[in-house]
Amino acid sequence: MKPLVKLHSRTVVLPFENIDTDRIVPARFLTTTERSGLGRALFHDWRYREDGSENPDFALNRPEAKGAGILVAGRNFGCGSSREHAPWALADYGIRAVLSSEIADIFRSNALKNGVLAVVVSEAEHRWLLDHPGIELAVDVAAGTIELPDGGHIRFELDAFARQCLLDGVDQLGFLLRHAEAIAAFEQAREAA
Amino acid sequence: MTTPRTLFEKIWDSHLVAPESASAPAILYIDLQLLHEVTSPQAFDELRARGLTVRRPDRVVATLDHSTPTLPPDADGRRPYASVEAEQQVATLERNAREFGLELHGWGSAHRGIVHVIGPELGVTQPGMTIVCGDSHTSTHGAFGALAFGIGTTEVGHVLATQCLLQRKPRTLAIHVEGELRPGVGAKDLILHVIGRIGVNGGTGHVVEYRGSTIEALSMEERMTVCNMSIEAGARAGLIAPDETTFAWLKGRERAPQGADWDRAVERWRTLRSDDGARYDAEVRIDAAAIEPSITYGTHPGMVAPLAAKVPAAANAQEQRALDYMQLEAGRPLAGTPVDIVFVGSCTNSRLPDLREAASLLRGRRIADGLRMLVVPGSEQVKLDAEREGLHDVFRAAGAEWREPGCSMCLGMNGDIGKPGQLIVSTSNRNFEGRQGPGVRTVLASPLVAAATALAGRIADPRDFAAQEAA
Repeated sequence: MKPLVKLHSRTVVLPFENIDTDRIVPARFLTTTERSGLGRALFHDWRYREDGSENPDFALNRPEAKGAGILVAGRNFGCGSSREHAPWALADYGIRAVLSSEIADIFRSNALKNGVLAVVVSEAEHRWLLDHPGIELAVDVAAGTIELPDGGHIRFELDAFARQCLLDGVDQLGFLLRHAEAIAAFEQAREAA
Repeated sequence: MTTPRTLFEKIWDSHLVAPESASAPAILYIDLQLLHEVTSPQAFDELRARGLTVRRPDRVVATLDHSTPTLPPDADGRRPYASVEAEQQVATLERNAREFGLELHGWGSAHRGIVHVIGPELGVTQPGMTIVCGDSHTSTHGAFGALAFGIGTTEVGHVLATQCLLQRKPRTLAIHVEGELRPGVGAKDLILHVIGRIGVNGGTGHVVEYRGSTIEALSMEERMTVCNMSIEAGARAGLIAPDETTFAWLKGRERAPQGADWDRAVERWRTLRSDDGARYDAEVRIDAAAIEPSITYGTHPGMVAPLAAKVPAAANAQEQRALDYMQLEAGRPLAGTPVDIVFVGSCTNSRLPDLREAASLLRGRRIADGLRMLVVPGSEQVKLDAEREGLHDVFRAAGAEWREPGCSMCLGMNGDIGKPGQLIVSTSNRNFEGRQGPGVRTVLASPLVAAATALAGRIADPRDFAAQEAA
């Protein structure tokens, strides 16, 4: 996974609450056996009209949103299924951070394992970010801060372990594999009981 | 004296390889991983890329359910897959299971079916276990007093390689339901009511334990329906303490402990109850008598109302957007809304008692002209059992389609979808925009409401049909 240390980018705003994983990647795109290439499926049924052309009214399709790497989404983003295709699609499209006032558990866990920072900000900060689409933010993963255009800061909480994985660009499997002895001991103790 | 612990804490504590600390999450041992074709291919690729093997093939059970066609093979034995990719995805799991030596209930297995139907059916789902699957409805297995939750594909790889997961300890939420359910009100109505009450994010960060006399009186299939939809309230897991109902249901299942092992297991399982005085992080109390047959009217499962109610007014712009999508007008009755398709199936409601319930209303009647009804049993075993009772004949005689087992129209990955604008009354778990096909509108309901609706061609109350029968 790509390390995420600092991110300077504009925001794109999807103010809707409860944006579910079927919205993020519709199920018909889940037949892939790859991790890559899902960017085209991201928000597919919002992004494209029935004839396959881009829907110019959708936030991500507006000229000013091109290249935006931070998604500010309405409350309870990523609810629904456990499909990791959701963060794969976001990362493939170029979104490296999702900010909301509440983020669904499985989505958040999946995002952080794929170099996509998914963090919760306060209601007031969320409201302000929703009301100011397209602003430039500077995210500092190590410091746990988001710098606003006026120099002000938003702080965010991030599990220490997940933070280190993001900074180092490593996934958690190496850590688990290093505990093989403890796992074997656990299995033996249980089977003896 | 030891501190009283909840059921969740007992299971959590007994699976800790290493406790959590400020710098690292807990290492949690996983007793059973269930696999299906959609969320596993990339995990196996990761194992190959790192030169790893599956640590405990004996703790993995795989099946085919999401991308599989529900129509039988043609005369040449070709299955009508929705796409080449779908067929390849199934072939990929078949190949991976062979390469890594895993138990796969694929085509031809008498136990192929929806992963959350076959786990319990085989008896591999057992009280006190930790169970994971790359599928959010893994919460279903919590009905047996197992800590069961959905994970992403990266984590599927972690469990394949190490039989463990890194997890922060979730909080606990007790949902107490007391009293008797009214006639015509079932487990689906109960869980829809709960979600309506606590909201689609009411369980976020929590493991739910369903408790109380109403829950204790539920059958195992009903408990599975309840735990299945825990994720629709944002909770990763739902739990019900195992009891005599659980033990009776599991006894004699192919993979359940046998003989003296069974007696020892039951003795252990009896300790899997929250201690008196155990503390939960949050509690909710629900009066069973207040629950009515319920359906959804919006685009998430929290937008739910009694079937007999009028479409509630939108509380905000988001809800108005949902009503517009659903083409429903606030203040108009929900019952009577014209319906195009009725779907009975999914990991929520595709077990034998669900099919019996739907068949009980359809027996000797015909579904409405122009309406399409799909009945999709949850597994090969459910299909066989239903056919032994003649339920397939009841459905077919009524004009419904009797299909092969699978997830089918719940998420429409296999091509079982509606057309834009169509309204589907579905016994599944998600009414998200476009879930059952682009532009398709979904109303979630119980098998009884689904059957009544199929007969009427409009959203209908099963109690009206029951009354008609009695008259």
